[in-house]
Amino acid sequence: MTAMLNVRDLRSYYGQVQALHGLTFELNEGSMTTLLGANGAGKTTTLRAICNMVRSTGSIEFEGAPLAGRSTENIVRLGIAHVPQGRGTFTTLTVEENLQLGAITRKDRANIVSDIERMYDHFPVLKQRYTQQAGTLSGGEQQMLAVARALMLRPRLMLLDEPSFGLAPLIVRDLFKILGKINREDKVTILVVEQNAQLALELADQAYVIETGRIVMAGSAKEIANNEDVRKSYLGY
Amino acid sequence: MELFTNQILAGIATGAIYACMALAVVMIYQAIDHLNFAQGEMAMFSTFISWQLMQWGIPYWGAFILTLAFSFAGGIAIERLLFKPLAKAPILTNVAGFIALFAIINSVAGLIWDFTIKQYPTPFGSHPFLGSQLISTHQAGMIGVTVLLLIALYFFFQFTRIGLAMRAAASVPESARLVGINTSWMIALGWGMAAAIGSIAGMLIAPVVFLEPNMMGGVLIYGFAAAVLGGLTSPFGAVIGGFLVGIFENLAGTYIPGVGNELKLPIALALIITVLVVKPAGLFGRPIVKRV
Amino acid sequence: MSAVDEVVTEAPAVEAVPKRAMTLGYGTSLVMLALFLIVPLLVKNFIVFQLTMLLIYGLAVLALNILTGGSGQFSLGQSAFYAVGAYTSAILMEHAGVNYALTLPIAGVICFAFGFLFGQPALRLSGVYLALATFALATAMPQLLKLGYFEHWTGGVQGLVVTKPDAPFGLPMSQDMWLYYFTLAVTIAIYIFSVNLLRSRSGRAFMAIRDNEIAASAMGVDVALYKTLAFGVSAGITGVAGGLGAIAVQFVAPDSYTITLAISLFLGMVVGGVGWLPGSIVGSAFIIFVPNIAEGISKGLSGAVFGVLLFLVIFLVPHGARQVAIVAQQLVGKLKKN
Repeated sequence: MTAMLNVRDLRSYYGQVQALHGLTFELNEGSMTTLLGANGAGKTTTLRAICNMVRSTGSIEFEGAPLAGRSTENIVRLGIAHVPQGRGTFTTLTVEENLQLGAITRKDRANIVSDIERMYDHFPVLKQRYTQQAGTLSGGEQQMLAVARALMLRPRLMLLDEPSFGLAPLIVRDLFKILGKINREDKVTILVVEQNAQLALELADQAYVIETGRIVMAGSAKEIANNEDVRKSYLGY
Repeated sequence: MELFTNQILAGIATGAIYACMALAVVMIYQAIDHLNFAQGEMAMFSTFISWQLMQWGIPYWGAFILTLAFSFAGGIAIERLLFKPLAKAPILTNVAGFIALFAIINSVAGLIWDFTIKQYPTPFGSHPFLGSQLISTHQAGMIGVTVLLLIALYFFFQFTRIGLAMRAAASVPESARLVGINTSWMIALGWGMAAAIGSIAGMLIAPVVFLEPNMMGGVLIYGFAAAVLGGLTSPFGAVIGGFLVGIFENLAGTYIPGVGNELKLPIALALIITVLVVKPAGLFGRPIVKRV
Repeated sequence: MSAVDEVVTEAPAVEAVPKRAMTLGYGTSLVMLALFLIVPLLVKNFIVFQLTMLLIYGLAVLALNILTGGSGQFSLGQSAFYAVGAYTSAILMEHAGVNYALTLPIAGVICFAFGFLFGQPALRLSGVYLALATFALATAMPQLLKLGYFEHWTGGVQGLVVTKPDAPFGLPMSQDMWLYYFTLAVTIAIYIFSVNLLRSRSGRAFMAIRDNEIAASAMGVDVALYKTLAFGVSAGITGVAGGLGAIAVQFVAPDSYTITLAISLFLGMVVGGVGWLPGSIVGSAFIIFVPNIAEGISKGLSGAVFGVLLFLVIFLVPHGARQVAIVAQQLVGKLKKN
């Protein structure tokens, strides 16, 4: 396996405040990787830095091409879908329009309709509500919509920022099942930031732990899950 | 009764113009959260361009189309050159920018075409419409062109990809970037369309108010009143607001004693302040929640 | 996640100005005062008249500066308050025979009341909405002044001619010269009042509101009261300036007080530096002399020149004359060291 995303010495800043202090990591093609860490450790910042949404230094290469200097929308066009924290729903638009927007940069318009149908298969609740304003959906439904919208890009790499946030436990299981399926069948590489460390570690191949803007542990998801410190801090047993 | 019907129809005709101005104002407000105080002057300048083209012998509809194209390009150019760099500046700086634009356009129009009042042609004529005394053919034309424009805009925003992208960019800019939309260009496009819509308002109202650099002052105030009444966050509301304000203006002028043409602007002022105080979000707008 | 991500603040209305930087030092103030006292003795009558107008517009810009630089509220409608002040003075002098000097405090009080009342609805508006409401006010004002109903008092479209006062006590001084020193005295009094106002408790309340309204109210500042008060004070000072202006140009008419005047005053504030009171005079000089030069080149050019210069200011020196003054000070400091 080759590295699809290569991040070296990433440092990010909010104004004068430095949030990341030299992160280096890589994602293998077709893998599912999880990023663990406490609140404020820099997980969200890492995802935002990949999409050039915060001021950063260091190098990020996607399939060999440097991302530095590219705008967010340009990075997305390379096939990197980002499900942001807070879901980023287009609240004034309908559910179906939200899905269409996910595919707005795609050239193969003919396939978009069938892709929307596929999303409705994955998330039947969206089908029931497809003419509704997306802002009227519940938090969980909006989270599914956000994942579906990202998938509409037919991404090569998908960045998910706490996809389980605000979802009922059963729905979280379903969502992760779907993510696993997408990862295996559609060969989408996934980087997921997750509070629910246990679930994330179950599904992921790789894991990184970050603390105050630095990577403190890296390894296969199994190794990390068995690590004493990680179990105490993130898994709670 | 005939007077009443007559005033309603006349109100709808001027309301069509206010609807266009309000729509132009709302398009820019949606894109950048600022009111374009120079919207009227931009429309006035476009109208002068069309007049100049006709002076050079181009027929009315040819000049009309060329002016639309010019205004569209001009709107984009103004945004790229002058307002894109101010995107993150304080509100005051932006207001100053709009005021500066207002002064420049007004002054340059005066320099090129001087301040004397000019006749402006109408392609519809000024006969009674369909033999009725209620409304003139030009007024009917104003309504007709506006309705066509509104239908075209509806289809553009509802059924084209770029229309959808523009709505997305206005709704949640960050998410729009995350699906790959170049939001910066969507803003420029909004400016171009606003300028083109404004130019239609200018060309339609010019036969009524006559062509001169200050012709749009009163129209813009009513356009603002319409936008505020309908809700600055709702293009649909702006259009409804335009027609309502037009009808209101005509009825007030006819039926409230002492309110003639000479109180036109104070009425618009009263309307703006009343709406802003009583229902700041307007009839169809979303309330705005401010965070610390 | 990092806590920083979630903080979404809207762009501030006005950039904060440190309080200390709002005035000049004693030395510079004295030099300025001496200049203002001596220069008129050395120049022609017409220049004296222009200097008088410089002080009058300086007052009007200062008033706007208190409102915007002090409390963070916008007004594109200062011409309306200026007009009310001018008409108050003119009507009192010509119809009621009131002494010109006495008309000024009356103009001030009436405009204070007008501003305070206008501030009531404006209270609920902020940022662009307030700019819109005041823009509409400025646009509507000339029509209100032309109303047939008030024609007996206002002279309608024709306006009113105002008699220029002679120097009192038989002082050997031309009318223009006397009016200049009279205006200078009023200006100094109002300037000192304004500086003290902004340094006072009320001034701190204004600035707290400007910097963060919600936080200010959480600190116990009566936001409603102070915002309307700022409007009232600003309108009152503008009214005095309007009254002085009516006496100086000896004429009031509706079309002297259009949106163009409001734009000029706004421009004067931006050029002088928002929140920097001494900049008001710089801004005033700008709006008096630039049109003179521009109109000399071509009629109707002044608007374009104004607009272009305004863009240059906001792009190159967003803090206006204050920024220039600071840079100059640093340069002088460097030269001294060498």
